[in-house]
Amino acid sequence: MFGWEFPPHITGGLGTACFGLTKGLLKSGVEVLFVVPKSYGDEDQRAVRLINASDVSIDFTDKAYQEHWKQLTYIEIGSNLIPYVGEEEFSNFSTGKELENTSEYSSVFSRQYIFSGKYGKNLMEEVTRYALVASTIAGEQQFDVIHAHDWLTYPAGMAAKKVSGKPLVVHMHATEFDRSGEHINQNVYDIERKGMEAADAVITVSNYTRDIVVNRYGINPDKVFTVHNAVEHTSGDADLVVEKKVREKVVTFLGRVTFQKGPDYFVEAAKRVLDKDKNVRFVMAGSGDMLNRMVLRVAQLGISTHFHFTGFLQGEEVDKMFLLSDVYVMPSVSEPFGISPLEAMRSSVPVVISKQSGVAEVLKYALKIDFWDIDAMADAIYGLLHYEALSKVFRQFGKEEVETLKWDNAAVKVSDVYNKVVFKK
Amino acid sequence: MRSICFYFQVHQPFRLRTYRFFDIGTNHFYFDDYRNRYIMRRIADKCYLPMNKLLLDLINEYGPAFKVSFSLSGTVIDQFERFAPDVLDSYIQLAETGCVEFLAETYSHSLSSLRSDDEFKRQVQAQSEKVKRYFKKAPTAFRNTELIYSDEIGAKVANMGFKTMLTEGAKQILGWRSPNYMYSNAENSDLHVLLKNFRLSDDIAFRFSQQSWEGWPLTTEKFVDWINQIDSAQETINLFMDYETFGEHQWKETGIFEFMKALPGRVLSHSDYRFYTPSELSDKLKPKAVVYVPHPISWADEERDLTAWLGNELQDDAFDKLYSLENKVKDVADEQIQLDWKYLQTSDHFYYMCTKWFSDGDVHKYFNPYNSPYEAYINFMNILSDFIIRLNDMHPVNYVEVERPELNEKPISPKTEKAKTAARKTIKEKAKTVKSAETKNIKTNKTALTEKAKPVKTKKQSSSMSSKSTLKDVLKINKTGLNQLVKDIDIKTLYFALADADNKVKKTMITHLGKTQLKEYNKLFTENIPVTEADIEKARKVILASIRKLI
Repeated sequence: MFGWEFPPHITGGLGTACFGLTKGLLKSGVEVLFVVPKSYGDEDQRAVRLINASDVSIDFTDKAYQEHWKQLTYIEIGSNLIPYVGEEEFSNFSTGKELENTSEYSSVFSRQYIFSGKYGKNLMEEVTRYALVASTIAGEQQFDVIHAHDWLTYPAGMAAKKVSGKPLVVHMHATEFDRSGEHINQNVYDIERKGMEAADAVITVSNYTRDIVVNRYGINPDKVFTVHNAVEHTSGDADLVVEKKVREKVVTFLGRVTFQKGPDYFVEAAKRVLDKDKNVRFVMAGSGDMLNRMVLRVAQLGISTHFHFTGFLQGEEVDKMFLLSDVYVMPSVSEPFGISPLEAMRSSVPVVISKQSGVAEVLKYALKIDFWDIDAMADAIYGLLHYEALSKVFRQFGKEEVETLKWDNAAVKVSDVYNKVVFKK
Repeated sequence: MRSICFYFQVHQPFRLRTYRFFDIGTNHFYFDDYRNRYIMRRIADKCYLPMNKLLLDLINEYGPAFKVSFSLSGTVIDQFERFAPDVLDSYIQLAETGCVEFLAETYSHSLSSLRSDDEFKRQVQAQSEKVKRYFKKAPTAFRNTELIYSDEIGAKVANMGFKTMLTEGAKQILGWRSPNYMYSNAENSDLHVLLKNFRLSDDIAFRFSQQSWEGWPLTTEKFVDWINQIDSAQETINLFMDYETFGEHQWKETGIFEFMKALPGRVLSHSDYRFYTPSELSDKLKPKAVVYVPHPISWADEERDLTAWLGNELQDDAFDKLYSLENKVKDVADEQIQLDWKYLQTSDHFYYMCTKWFSDGDVHKYFNPYNSPYEAYINFMNILSDFIIRLNDMHPVNYVEVERPELNEKPISPKTEKAKTAARKTIKEKAKTVKSAETKNIKTNKTALTEKAKPVKTKKQSSSMSSKSTLKDVLKINKTGLNQLVKDIDIKTLYFALADADNKVKKTMITHLGKTQLKEYNKLFTENIPVTEADIEKARKVILASIRKLI
């Protein structure tokens, strides 16, 4: 399995997903060889980290799992790969010369390249280098299926397939359209498409993503399977007690303040609610390239006394934020899955989520709105704040619902896909 | 001669428009006219018009040998009036044949029978009057919303003067017994109860086009064979169904119209069954036994209970909040308030909030305007919030309270001053509504309050009725005097005395009450405690005595 992060070194939702999935797979008797690039403390690159590591229970000592962990082989490779910063940090390459020819991956691999210690200066070089390493590993190790997570590892997956002849499964956690809207990075798109074309099966985290894969990448729908993400179930949060200092109800946005997450719609909806009811406070937790614009807009609208920015939150701060919240809003413009509403619901916070998210497909106890429909969003927020019966139902059943979304079930579906590609040959 | 009894339910709700919270207090129009018109026209063309014509042709062909019955909710008649007068005409034509019986039900297809006897009665009366107006005959048989029935509800219906009531032949009440007899109510044996044969009814209403069903395709030959196989001692087969079955739930292409067209001929020529209406059956048959229904049943879902409308937190909350307004609504004679109050009670609004999935949910899913039960709840509650504001604005007690600052001479603390400004501001904003309400209110209070005092009497009687002693002298007293008058007054006495008083008198008295006194008065008012004429007279004498001292 090729990933780009794995607990405890995680920067985002993908690490969480890989961890949960791996745990589930091990439990169902699959042996996993996990390959990740290791990042060497370049702090500035971690700036856009959004979900804190402490959200995930990383319990390697858990007795129930100890036995399973023996089946896991874990390989780290020195690398700078940090995909979330892809656009901001590594976008300066103009020619993309190394990428044009994919055959390069298998032919040029050499051992000294791996250990040279000269890390690539741009993202694409890193991706290529990771692919070279992958083909080495593929030649040395025994396995039945190759599983690659997101575009950064697709070249690695393809290289491994070429070397070993084993079937390739690529996992779409997010597409370039989710990250960038219509202004896609063509190089990334090309890698995604080539990876999926070369793959024997594509796993998408939602039907929403599946549609994008089929319609915008032209992938044969017969080999695209949806496996919804799940959520880790922690039990130890109970001792965290937060005293609410404000009398008003709190409505929270938590995530990267970027185009994809739709923070601007949240601000507009806040204005509508505040026009009617001043006894509400809105909180935007997180940072990102749209943050300054949001601050400016809040000032323009004259709602700054009731709209607060916390900046980037991590660790316990996130849990506290959930505990302080009366409503959680995820207005994402395009969200392949979106795990944060599940975390809010786990803390008994009712959620409003956009229909343009994968998580909307699996949740019953959530209010679903179109991200652009700020009137509906405002109305949903108002309803949850004012009509007691509704928030009661959501608090009570939302938590129960989240608890039924287990990685074990997702893992069963993934191993079904493995069986399909292994026995097809 | 055994009988077949057809009863068709015709109902459409006034669906609510998307009503956002920022409309609360500013926009008082609640209904989606466009959608309601569209759906009404669509069903009129697909079902009501062609099916009414088909029935009329059958009646013309077979004469009194073919009969059916209908129940039309008041809301559907309202919609006919507004959107489909042609349908209303076709019903009038059917009524004129004398072969069609029209049943009574609640005006807005409401669940009032489960909550308020008074409202239930008002709604039934209103619907009966409407039916009588158009079809020239007051209904004698009753069917409740969704065939909801219990011993208690049956007894109430009997008290209203109905002889017959229709309900579901639910297994949980019948056990081994057959629905094909007439039963009587457990509390009042004068009320005859006709039970739906749900198997045969649903064969037509739900399974007609279901290709996986063993009985498919259903022909009149097959159907008449089935009913001929029923033990000949059994007396009646009650086929109760939604009228929208014909052409809407079962499309024209399924052959449902042809089936209905051929059925009477087949029945009359190949069986000993004849067609009767509920009231005819009630006269013809003798009740076989008493049917015990301690808990309400309905014709919905596998469970045949109320869980489609009530039971989850959202439905219960909305229902409780709505009916908590009942007394206040009755104090306000504003026509629009009364109409909205009726339409908001329509059971469909609560149905949309249902969180369980139904095996027969498809029937209602058709025109469900909401994506989720939560949206249905939020929308309803937004509207209800606005309705409450309007109600409070128009309510006599609050009306007086609002006027208070201008009339009071007492020194005012800065705090109340602030509140007053705020209150004035609100008044200004709503000036239009309040103003129109004001004029109406003055008329309203009088009738509404008299009605409360003497609920049995009609409006006409109460307005002509005037108490011997009036409190008009109050108006002659100056402000200091008034303050003195109210100082030691017993609030309950005052409440009684003012129950039937002139509005001017009322205002004068109430505006001079102290803060706690006013609170106490409002409490009595909202509790709506009954007042008799004797109470009023007695209380007035007490107050008149103190007034005389002052003059």
